[in-house]
Amino acid sequence: MSVSLGEWLNDESPTSRSQARFSSIYHGWIEFKANRLALLGLIILIVLVLVAAFAPLLSPHDPFEQNLANRLAPLGTDGHVFGTDSLGRDILSRLIYGSRITLYIVGLVALIAPVAGLFIGTVAGYIGGWVDIVLMRFTDIFLAFPRLVLALAFVAALGAGIENAVLAIALTAWPPYARIARAETLSIRRSDYISAVKLQGAGALRIITRHIWPLCIASLVVRITLDMAGIILAAAGLGFLGLGARPPSPEWGAMIAEGRRFILDFWWVATIPGIAIFIVSLAFNLLGDGLRDLLDPKSGGAS
Amino acid sequence: MSATQDTLGPHPRSARSSWVTVFYSIIKTLSMILATMLGLLFVTFIIGRIMPIDPVISVVGERASKEVYDAAYASMGLDRPLLVQFFLYISDVARGDFGQSLLNSRPVIDDIKRVFPATLELATLGTIIGVTIGVPLGVIGAVKRDTWIDQLSRIIALVGYSMPIFWLGLVGLLVFYGILGWVGGPGRVGIFYVDVVPVVTGMILVDSALDGQWDVFRDALSHIVLPASILGYYSLAYISRMTRSFMLEQLGSEYITTARVKGLSEYVVITRHAFGNIKVQLITVIALSYASLLEGSVLTEIIFAWPGIGSYITTALLSADMNAVLGGTVVVGLVFVCLNVFSDLLYVFFDPRSR
Amino acid sequence: MIKTFHQAARRSIMKRTLGSVAIAIALGSVVGTATVAQAATPDNMLVIANRIDDITTLDPAQSFEFAGSDVNRNVYGKLVNFDPMNLEAGYEPDLAQSWTVSEDGKSITFTMREGVKFHSGNPVTAEDAEFSLRRAVLLNKTPSFILTQFGFAPENIEQTIVADGNTLTITTDKKYATSFVLNCLTSTIGSIVEKALVMENEKDGDMGNDWLATNSAGSGAYKVVSWKPAESVTLVSNPDFYKGEPAMERVIVQHIQESATQRLLLEKGDIDVARNLNPEDVAGIDGKEGLAVTTELRGRLMYISFNQKHPELSKPKVVEALKYLVDYNGMQNSFLKGQWQVHQNFLPATYLGAIDDTPFSFNVEKAKALLAEAGVENLEFETGVREAQERIEIAQSLQNTFAQAGVTMNITIGTGKQILTRYRARELDMYLGAWGPDYPDPHTNAGTFAFNPDNSDEAQATGLLAYRNAWDPGPLSGMVEAAVAEGDTDARRGMYEEIQREFQATAPFAILFQKTEQTGVNAAVQNLNLGSAVTAISYWPVSK
Repeated sequence: MSVSLGEWLNDESPTSRSQARFSSIYHGWIEFKANRLALLGLIILIVLVLVAAFAPLLSPHDPFEQNLANRLAPLGTDGHVFGTDSLGRDILSRLIYGSRITLYIVGLVALIAPVAGLFIGTVAGYIGGWVDIVLMRFTDIFLAFPRLVLALAFVAALGAGIENAVLAIALTAWPPYARIARAETLSIRRSDYISAVKLQGAGALRIITRHIWPLCIASLVVRITLDMAGIILAAAGLGFLGLGARPPSPEWGAMIAEGRRFILDFWWVATIPGIAIFIVSLAFNLLGDGLRDLLDPKSGGAS
Repeated sequence: MSATQDTLGPHPRSARSSWVTVFYSIIKTLSMILATMLGLLFVTFIIGRIMPIDPVISVVGERASKEVYDAAYASMGLDRPLLVQFFLYISDVARGDFGQSLLNSRPVIDDIKRVFPATLELATLGTIIGVTIGVPLGVIGAVKRDTWIDQLSRIIALVGYSMPIFWLGLVGLLVFYGILGWVGGPGRVGIFYVDVVPVVTGMILVDSALDGQWDVFRDALSHIVLPASILGYYSLAYISRMTRSFMLEQLGSEYITTARVKGLSEYVVITRHAFGNIKVQLITVIALSYASLLEGSVLTEIIFAWPGIGSYITTALLSADMNAVLGGTVVVGLVFVCLNVFSDLLYVFFDPRSR
Repeated sequence: MIKTFHQAARRSIMKRTLGSVAIAIALGSVVGTATVAQAATPDNMLVIANRIDDITTLDPAQSFEFAGSDVNRNVYGKLVNFDPMNLEAGYEPDLAQSWTVSEDGKSITFTMREGVKFHSGNPVTAEDAEFSLRRAVLLNKTPSFILTQFGFAPENIEQTIVADGNTLTITTDKKYATSFVLNCLTSTIGSIVEKALVMENEKDGDMGNDWLATNSAGSGAYKVVSWKPAESVTLVSNPDFYKGEPAMERVIVQHIQESATQRLLLEKGDIDVARNLNPEDVAGIDGKEGLAVTTELRGRLMYISFNQKHPELSKPKVVEALKYLVDYNGMQNSFLKGQWQVHQNFLPATYLGAIDDTPFSFNVEKAKALLAEAGVENLEFETGVREAQERIEIAQSLQNTFAQAGVTMNITIGTGKQILTRYRARELDMYLGAWGPDYPDPHTNAGTFAFNPDNSDEAQATGLLAYRNAWDPGPLSGMVEAAVAEGDTDARRGMYEEIQREFQATAPFAILFQKTEQTGVNAAVQNLNLGSAVTAISYWPVSK
């Protein structure tokens, strides 16, 4: 009588809601797996999370330990595989610890910006009228702002530091989410499903949070993944201008900024963190691109 | 995705006097632009005031005595209430006066006339490069979906999207200027050509061509090509991914199948039918990407010593030169909003499917 | 003239364009033949890469930044000035041929040099000199204190700055060392502008301030063609310069932010002088054929200071301990190599009364002992640093060495103006920054590091460094006032030495380094002088 997991997941007529849900996730996964590049992106990101989690075990040195006598050591130096930076700190160890900061930034921005955008967009879309006009003008104002300038202004106002960098980037990142969420809400608002919920006497807040939000999530997730690379690069840009994480924290953008002064003779000091940023943003992009193919109905799905 | 689509899009184009509708939508669009610009100014103004940077120090320097400082404080009108300052500023702007830059005591409008053409030139060339390569790349990716060609175009595009642009700029400069010597160095023209061409548009490529000074033109081209290629590569990524997505949508539709069944050649199906249908959508995407390049890419401008609007606003911001920041933001914001309106108008009036 | 520049560059540009087109089409893929362009700047033109975004105006009555002084020194003559080929000689006659000092020591009468002409062709007169100095006092811009410290004020200039025929007499409110007064007149604010031309361009009673911001009305070796903020300054030579026509007919200073970029331009021969190379790039071009590196001592000091409002940092033992927690030599020999040298007092080397003893060195044990004596444990404070890489690195090195004695230093990075705003408001626990002399006289630094007569918050003496750190120098303030009035040079030197010894032992300032500026130049460039610690760059002696 027992059914294997595969059979259960492939069951054409699911018996429970959860079976149906797992089944659809499973099929999505099969399809996703077929996209090798997206899979590669996912693997890279899993590795990144592991590296960040086990940073103290993986890094050969203390990332803050200075040694002015052994600065700018070349690649492959004994004990310093990726060489040392301007203050004689081990670049590999800094890179490994820096992955934590990268994940921290990405994770926090990915929490703040979409939620803010989702809230504003769905409220505007659902309530409509003046609320819609006001909220959308507000969104347009932030869209029309030069992004890095807005982030810089914010960081300059609050002082440099990683938390402020996160807030600043989130501040520039939310408007597109608000637009997407609003568009989705507009298409859902008049559906029979929402009318039925309304008839049951549900309030606006309840309808928005319980019934509209879940339906917007899919398109937001795709967008978030594609935005991750932009977030990492924006944080690096702030670091590059000296207004990102506080020293001596090994933020990758700040590492490039420090190393760019030696780019002609000691190219690896800036290049290694540059490659790290590149690999991680590429991984997010590959993953996001794959997810879009999968989830975005516009791309036609599997033909 | 675009700023005004929703305000313009849904109004019904009934048979009832379409001229009234057009007039109504023009009024609506204009008031929308005005509201956005006012809001933009207000937010910028507030940012400038809450920043813990003393603008007076920017003007008088760190060694000023108390009297010099107080005199400057009063002459800048900082002793007035915030709202009064804002309304005074707005009324000046309405008369076309952006005030003086605190940092170089020159009219902000003169600075903008100098820096914006530099950005315009760079962004335009960058977008041209991005479109010429990005669109074909996207089309091929869609047509050859899931083949190695598709994967290759995906990688080319995503690599551009993932590269820290300042790093790419430095390395590009080192390789193509430093080692190979194929391109001109940083700056807009070689130093021999500084101040040589009469300023008409402020874009050196255009001005030198107008004046018939082709050696200046060539020199300016050799300087702009690298930063423009780098920005172009960046926008290529977005354009090619969106093109692919639009094409896939078209290729999967029924009328394409019909066209195929009718025996039209694959080439005709793709270029005439599928691509013909995505043109309007594509222009929206290109306009958006153009707008983002016109904001001025601060980092690229720093590395290539390109005196554009991005680094202008940044420098001004970091010195609390708020007249300059406000002026720059107005210009950038206006360009952004106008490009959006433009692409929305395309949607409303030309896209057969937008009702 | 311009056409000849074109000819010179045309060939290399052609080659470059081929390459550019190839790149535009192939976007970096290797297409076409690589031809290394060897451009060279024309023989009569000097091209300089520098950071010039600090220029806010070119009006000599207002200009107060490094890059602005560089321009003004070459555009305007002064009553007395430094000879770039012999800076050690001190100030020498320039537009004033000679001067006499009255018996009470309060009045100096200058006799103007005959036959010197402004760029307009009009002669330089005592009336112009009178106008220029009065104008600087009346405009009352930031650098005006250099003149008003002698008692000149809008109410009394009719009597204190007076032209009579071929002479100009200035009268100070009390007796000062003549060298002090004349040294002040060598600074930018002492520039002589052409009265008629300036007043022709007056707007709303601004005495030409707006016009002079972007134009020039001088008698110097060069005149201003254009200044584009944060972009470039172009100067063209004055063939009638009274010391002879300069060899360089055109000088272009281009704003290039990055050291690596400056070096590439220099190596390619696109510029003659690169002024902001970092130590690694200096090492990179040193010894390359056709290039040279010059090193010149400048007047800037790098220092740290501790706010005396902080309960722990106001303890003398703690301050002393921190002075032993700086790795002076480590920094000097690594990331500051060749660009900053250890210097531990407030008068830059070469200034009257400067002393070069360096009692402090990196000594963790001694610092720990001092901290224990002070009874301070787990000291933690905040340092404000502007977002410049060099300073961020110094801050990190300090953070590292402080930590070795259990002191926690948190670094706050901000923009220059932002950090300065907090520093002036006495809000920073510790400040790390640079200070450059305003005029080549010991009083310029003594009067700010060791002088603060009223330390109360109400005094608002935000221009004084001692005040910014809430430090009351006690008797030192009086000693500084006495030193500036001392007429005898040897006695004056002795007084500054004494002030500095006391300062070094007790002040909450640790002076760390003095600037040595390394410049990368095309080897053909001769006689380029940056002005040492006393003045700015001179273009007129340059040849190549």
